[in-house]
Amino acid sequence: MAVIPTTASGIAAAIASKQITAREVIDSYLAQISARETDIHAFNLVTADAARAHADAIDADIAAGRPIGPLAGVPVAIKDNLCTHGIETTCSSKILEGWKPPYDATVVSRLRDAGAIMVGKTNLDEFAMGSSTENSAFGPTRNPLDTSRVPGGSSGGSAAAVAAGFAPVSLGSDTGGSIRQPAAMCGVVGVKPTYGLVSRYGLCAYASSLDQVGPFATTVADAALITEAIAGHDAMDSTSIPQPAPALVASVSQGVAGMRIGRVTDLPAGAEPEVIARLNEAFAALEAAGATIVDVTLPSLSYALTAYYLIAPAEASSNLARYDGVRYGLRVNAVDTNSMYGATRAAGFGDEVKRRIMLGTYALSAGYYDAYYGKALKVRRLIAEDFERAYAQVDVILTPTSPVVAFPFGDKVDDPMAMYLCDIYTIPTNLAGHPAMSVPFGTGAHGMPVGIQVLAPALGEAPMFRVGGSLENAAGGVK
Amino acid sequence: MSPSGTPISAADVAKVARLARLDIDEASVVHFTEQLAKVMGHFSDIDALDLSGVGPMTQPFPLVNVLREDVEQLCLDTDEVLAAAPSSDQRRFRVPPIIGLDD
Repeated sequence: MAVIPTTASGIAAAIASKQITAREVIDSYLAQISARETDIHAFNLVTADAARAHADAIDADIAAGRPIGPLAGVPVAIKDNLCTHGIETTCSSKILEGWKPPYDATVVSRLRDAGAIMVGKTNLDEFAMGSSTENSAFGPTRNPLDTSRVPGGSSGGSAAAVAAGFAPVSLGSDTGGSIRQPAAMCGVVGVKPTYGLVSRYGLCAYASSLDQVGPFATTVADAALITEAIAGHDAMDSTSIPQPAPALVASVSQGVAGMRIGRVTDLPAGAEPEVIARLNEAFAALEAAGATIVDVTLPSLSYALTAYYLIAPAEASSNLARYDGVRYGLRVNAVDTNSMYGATRAAGFGDEVKRRIMLGTYALSAGYYDAYYGKALKVRRLIAEDFERAYAQVDVILTPTSPVVAFPFGDKVDDPMAMYLCDIYTIPTNLAGHPAMSVPFGTGAHGMPVGIQVLAPALGEAPMFRVGGSLENAAGGVK
Repeated sequence: MSPSGTPISAADVAKVARLARLDIDEASVVHFTEQLAKVMGHFSDIDALDLSGVGPMTQPFPLVNVLREDVEQLCLDTDEVLAAAPSSDQRRFRVPPIIGLDD
């Protein structure tokens, strides 16, 4: 049997040129899932039979000379907060266990239209609230590089699936770092696109002004390829930017000669020394590749955590009001509707979801609105203005993705504030609505991977991928 | 301490749980109050900022009203939607009584 390529672009090319069949590819990935999924628990559901049938259909199209999509035969794992028509979508919550959505998320239908084959729905922190995937109602996902450690979160299952070779690419969602942070902790590439570049239709809402769907991949070029496939205007999302998907793959190999890379001189402290060492090596590598390093300040950045943990729970408390036991999901029967709501939500939501709903309800309640939510919205403006000033001087900004490498299970699960601090470098991007990506760049403590984050201004995906591609090239030379 | 000057109390937590339609017992109220007080203690860092003259930012980009042509389109299949409901009756969602149960 032919060797199965490890990248999405390689697989698509090999299938299109009839070097291998889609069935051979999917069987190979399903075999890898069978071999390691028990140890990793990346998936809430593996859709093996449907995946094989889809692969056979693609092979039949190729044999008959019918046209195929640009991603024909590429296996893809989908975060379980993205709706899949007729296929269980749980958000890793008991309140949605067993729910089969009556429609597909736009990103899911776009990938299928391009010929990609879904292999399963990946585990997450319940409703994408968490930084370790320990908040899943169905048990945690383990880091494929060290199964005693977390994979990060909330898209831990999607990150682990790619790191474990269960799929060459996957989709996650990123509200405060939920793609980039697990990508960094699992040693893969993760991209959060500009707010509005990718449709949120069919993404179960957590914080609607922050949520964005994006890809995981083993290479920067694959991440660009999948971003191209899912981006572009969608009439079903009123915040969708009315522009076609940008061309991004070509940017990856363009190099950084002449680019201005921002170094944040007042970066919030707390990163492990090895993480800072890798960041400094990344700056040196980009400078050697022809970029200029420019110091910038982002004085409001240290307040981003407070702004985020008021705004996101406030939006969540409103969005999650829909889970009331009436139209879908769990219902705990009671004598009247009000008791039914309270009992259903108490039984269906886990502790972290309850904490954020209560926090958000408090921040929005009469007497506290101005002191909390109103103030947080003003801080959000300050952060956006900081970025605006910085991007007048530089093309992109480089920071660590996560202050820490993947940590052992149980380390932070009872200390919400310690867990929230994992997102300190990723949150500002979501508040501003900008794109950012994490690129693996050597290792830190305990030999675990370190991710370097590339931040860019709104719709700055092309320069972001240029820098990402150069970091990937340079990463081969670091420890 | 919070921006309002007082830490969140157990009574506050019990109240927001009620507002959010979350039944929680007394032990949970104590547990959540401790955790939320610690989280909200961190929030006092923004008290030092001068926010006068700063406008609130609710969205990354200004929202515009999006309208489409008023033409018939396919919608969700009623039977499929009702099949996912905990209870349905006569092609409607069935729920327990809303009023009339007071002693």
